[in-house]
Amino acid sequence: MSEVIKIRRGLDIKLKGKADKIFMKAPRSKTYSVKPVDFVSLTPKIVAKPCAEVKVGSTLFYDKYRPEIKYVSPVSGIVQKIVRGERRRIIAIIVEDDGKDTTETFKQGDPSSMSREQVVENLLESGLWPTIKQRPYGVVASPQDQPKAIFISGFDSAPLAPDFDYIMKDMEKEFQAGIDALAKLTDGKIHLGLDARYPAAKAYENAKKVERHYFRGPHPAGNVGIQIHKISPVNKGEKVWTLKPFDVVTIGRLFLTGKYDPSTIVALCGSEVEKPVYYKLIRGAEVVSIVKDNLKQENVRMISGNVLTGRKISMEGHIGFSDNQVSVIPEGDYYEMFGWITPGLKKFSVSRSFFSWLMPNKEYRLDTNVHGGERAFVMTGEYERVFPMDIYPVPLLKSIIVEDIDKMEQLGIYEVIEEDMALCEFVCTSKTPVQSILRNGLTMLRKELE
Amino acid sequence: MNALRRYLDKIKPNVEKGGKFHFLKSTFEGFETFLFVPNTVTSTGSHIRDAFDMKRGMIMVVLALVPALLFGMWNTGYQHFLALGVEAGFWEMFWFGFLKVFPIIVVSYVTGLGIEFVFAQIRDHEINEGFLVSGMLIPLVMPVDVPLWMVAVATAFAVVIGKEVFGGTGMNILNPALTARAFLFFAYPTKMSGDRVWVAGLEKGMETVDGYSGATILGQAAQNNDVFVNGIGEKFSAWDMFLGTIPGSIGETSTLAILLGAVFLIFVGVGSWRIMLSVFAGGAAMGLLLNAFGGNALMDMPFWQHLIVGGFAFGAVYMATDPVSATQTERGKWIYGFLIGVLAILIRVFNPGYPEGMMLAILLMNVFAPLIDHYILEANIRKRLKRAKVQA
Repeated sequence: MSEVIKIRRGLDIKLKGKADKIFMKAPRSKTYSVKPVDFVSLTPKIVAKPCAEVKVGSTLFYDKYRPEIKYVSPVSGIVQKIVRGERRRIIAIIVEDDGKDTTETFKQGDPSSMSREQVVENLLESGLWPTIKQRPYGVVASPQDQPKAIFISGFDSAPLAPDFDYIMKDMEKEFQAGIDALAKLTDGKIHLGLDARYPAAKAYENAKKVERHYFRGPHPAGNVGIQIHKISPVNKGEKVWTLKPFDVVTIGRLFLTGKYDPSTIVALCGSEVEKPVYYKLIRGAEVVSIVKDNLKQENVRMISGNVLTGRKISMEGHIGFSDNQVSVIPEGDYYEMFGWITPGLKKFSVSRSFFSWLMPNKEYRLDTNVHGGERAFVMTGEYERVFPMDIYPVPLLKSIIVEDIDKMEQLGIYEVIEEDMALCEFVCTSKTPVQSILRNGLTMLRKELE
Repeated sequence: MNALRRYLDKIKPNVEKGGKFHFLKSTFEGFETFLFVPNTVTSTGSHIRDAFDMKRGMIMVVLALVPALLFGMWNTGYQHFLALGVEAGFWEMFWFGFLKVFPIIVVSYVTGLGIEFVFAQIRDHEINEGFLVSGMLIPLVMPVDVPLWMVAVATAFAVVIGKEVFGGTGMNILNPALTARAFLFFAYPTKMSGDRVWVAGLEKGMETVDGYSGATILGQAAQNNDVFVNGIGEKFSAWDMFLGTIPGSIGETSTLAILLGAVFLIFVGVGSWRIMLSVFAGGAAMGLLLNAFGGNALMDMPFWQHLIVGGFAFGAVYMATDPVSATQTERGKWIYGFLIGVLAILIRVFNPGYPEGMMLAILLMNVFAPLIDHYILEANIRKRLKRAKVQA
């Protein structure tokens, strides 16, 4: 239980702009948003139409194919608008905040004394069920399923990721309550992955009903998918559930207070942020509430999440539902003369073909430039160096490109989602869109089998 | 260079669809991306990317070839003046070699890139950088007096049949530079082997010193000589073979220069050390095995000598390591490289028709590489299935 699992393959990308360990309260936004696009393969059915009055915890929309799974409002107020994209796809639902925080009530009590059905119902009604994701595919879990186990990664190793041991300070009771609820959902174990390099938060060390595992190594050691692979890999036909640590706290608060607590903590980070700190705010807040007058320049890329897997948002956009990080980096839309033969002291590469290798501890100000055109697969061995799973990444991707469902299954697609292969996309010399190819494969497979 | 950028932006619309020069779009983009890394930003997936791209990768290999190229130029001159029996200074030898080698390089690049430009335009793709390396490799494996028109034909063959018909860079089964060489070897064998093609001028009946022979070390071994001498009868030392002051193809002779390139390639992360190491290991193993039996000059050649004569080192470092035609799994690379080493020595020693087995060994293993990968993948698949059964 306390042996250290070494992750040998991977890459820590050192970027400028790590958030200082200070908590600041963000001002209230005018509007808050829940975005169906933040949830994999979700087709929403709207309940709260524009001008409808909602409370904290009122249903905004539900999953068309699983109507019991509800998505709720983080504030009380009036539904302002529904943002649609191509082909009328629903992108986001915007709620205007009335500041009163009138809230719905849900079941309160000790989950250990409830039945599984009661726990499930409480999570569904309060809109917290979507915090439970499933492997394979990374979609929101199905309440009827019996997962083999539940996995929580207690730390995030992505570039500039927030320090969860810092965030989870003083949340011992809530975290335990959340674990108690989750313990009702599975006959298997709840596995908690921890960072072996630092002493863990009390909430983690003292948690009961969990099995702790310690990981040491570069990113993606903090990815729950990698941890699952090392502890108990997902085989064909099996399902496991995953949660983020702060969502477990929110679940705990639901059972302790009978209310949906929409507050969360977001680390604002990135080279273009003047004062990168940890903000306390409500889920789905406008990003402007934390970046206003806080950016060094205008031509930036704002990302809800980390630079490898996050979603691009505009200045008018909102922070993602489960995101604990907003990264702001410069846009790279410039031409560089002979950029591919320069010594490149400011460029970051896993190859040692730029002189920046002379400074191994340097922090970089990286921008969004692709640094080259998209090519066919040429180099070999580069993905394997940053992908710590016993899966051959390139044959897997090729089987997806040729739409060979059987091969995808055989090569281990059940174990991965985009975040696990994000570093492969980062290092790819041929600039292959690895994450979108993988998502295409997962979608294809899910459609075939369900 | 803002003025240059503004000029390119101004004329760019003319090559887009509907523009007057649309048929030159790929060519334009080729030159544009040569001058400027494009301003494309990430739109899906990871928002940041490694600064390394195909252009950088190819340039690293070309840089790694420079020691072999420079030495080859000097050696061309050295061998020439040795045959003439004339004293010449360092720069005189180098300049002579440069004048002989540079036209071959020009022909190789112009033919190859010209064909690539045409294919890219037809496919409406960007020009791929693959030929930047092949274009430098082809001259280095040629005998110095190869007629330029042969270089052009071989390059065209290699680019079209060896690469483009399969889909271009990244899709080829065989190593393109070796395809060019093999084409010439089988189509014009008299110009590619023998005693007179390796030293400049011999073919044209230049007046040499008395009793001069331009035979390479392997050529002499094939005649069952067990003492290897240079053109005027002086014995070659192991250092001569390692340094490369011996006759041979333009870039293959100096093991030292090649190893410098190898260290560079491994350091920057472009060359596969697994392949390089296993090729040498395979060659050494086969050499040792043959030494144990002995019998003729080729079998008696000390195993380490096999590694420093002929095209063995050059093939191991620059040809076998071509990522597209080699095995793609790290485990497969050990098997692939080892078999190349073994086969190269085997062909050298036992086949009188092919004094240089390296080229053929690599081409043969190129064909078998997918099979090796297939079995490695099968093993991985079976492991996963077994794990599923055990859990169930």
